[in-house]
Amino acid sequence: MAARALINIPKGAKRGDIVEIKTLLSHPMETGFRTGADGQLVPRDIIEKFVCTYNGEVVFSAELHPAIAANPFISFTTIAMDSGTFVFAWTDNHGETQVQTARIDVA
Amino acid sequence: MARRRSRRPGSMWRSTLLACLALGAASAVAQDARKSGFAYMGPDTQAMQKDDLANPGMLSALDGEALWNAPAGASGKSCASCHGDATASMKGVAARYPAYEATHNAPVDLAGRINLCREGNQQAPALPRESREAIGLATYIGQQSRGLSIAPPDDPRLTPFHEQGKALYTQRMGQLNFSCAQCHDENAGGHLGAAPIPQAHPTGYPLYRLEWQATGSLQRRFRNCMAGVRAEPYSYGSPEFIALELYLMDRAKGMAVETPAVRP
Repeated sequence: MAARALINIPKGAKRGDIVEIKTLLSHPMETGFRTGADGQLVPRDIIEKFVCTYNGEVVFSAELHPAIAANPFISFTTIAMDSGTFVFAWTDNHGETQVQTARIDVA
Repeated sequence: MARRRSRRPGSMWRSTLLACLALGAASAVAQDARKSGFAYMGPDTQAMQKDDLANPGMLSALDGEALWNAPAGASGKSCASCHGDATASMKGVAARYPAYEATHNAPVDLAGRINLCREGNQQAPALPRESREAIGLATYIGQQSRGLSIAPPDDPRLTPFHEQGKALYTQRMGQLNFSCAQCHDENAGGHLGAAPIPQAHPTGYPLYRLEWQATGSLQRRFRNCMAGVRAEPYSYGSPEFIALELYLMDRAKGMAVETPAVRP
């Protein structure tokens, strides 16, 4: 089943407003240090990089590491400048990227 | 000398009324001193549960919604093919499980009901208990009862299973030789180490437990507790667990469903 993401972003904002953005991605964040029932190491499967762009410009990015819990919740703020699109990208240690977008209308 | 001023007749009447109100409030508390595990959580975890866009249990509900509408098995039918829109058809369903299943002469829990439907009607393989799919569907169906009162079926055929559940709840078990009741009735509100002991009302299952980093069922929670008292846990879907679930749902009758809840 595909990974799922929940994104909380205000639908509308005034120019210059500080807006809070909350993201929640379903992901096991398997550390690669744990053993399974068969005694073998469970392969590492973690998100390594999170990037948020706002109309093409990076407004927030983060590096994630094995000690971060499953289903990473990332919250940050930015300043509403223009109506447009936020693009959220989570990249895992296999190089695969999951992308979600959200729209904001700035008055 | 304000303190010694004689009371006006009105103030006397008012204090009597206040006393009556206080008595009334006290008896209401005595009638229902039951508390959901939600009441024992810190404000951060409570906020996480209340915000649907921060509650990780909602990820499971989304999984369930996708499965609800996806055809499965040889029949090529989805849940929605028969049951339609879950937000209408599944409203209140989770609040009245486990329920008696005549073909089995025994109660089934919601996860068991889903699998009966899959095998019988969809002709699809049963979902393994606690799999992402099984938990997702149960969470999505449970979510449709959110805010409704737990309403166990009034079915006399369930009585012996209810009695079995009650016996299990009060039976000592494991190397530590504890019963459920010793912690969750006699010492509820106290602490086990740093963790508060709740009253064990299954109001929010399947729920997201931070310790699990996943959404899990009430039976997973049972297995945790049993391992904690060094007892050998019953298996998922065992008659013992369903009887215990039946008893606990009856014990929580009238409390609001919180699915998907968040617990530490």
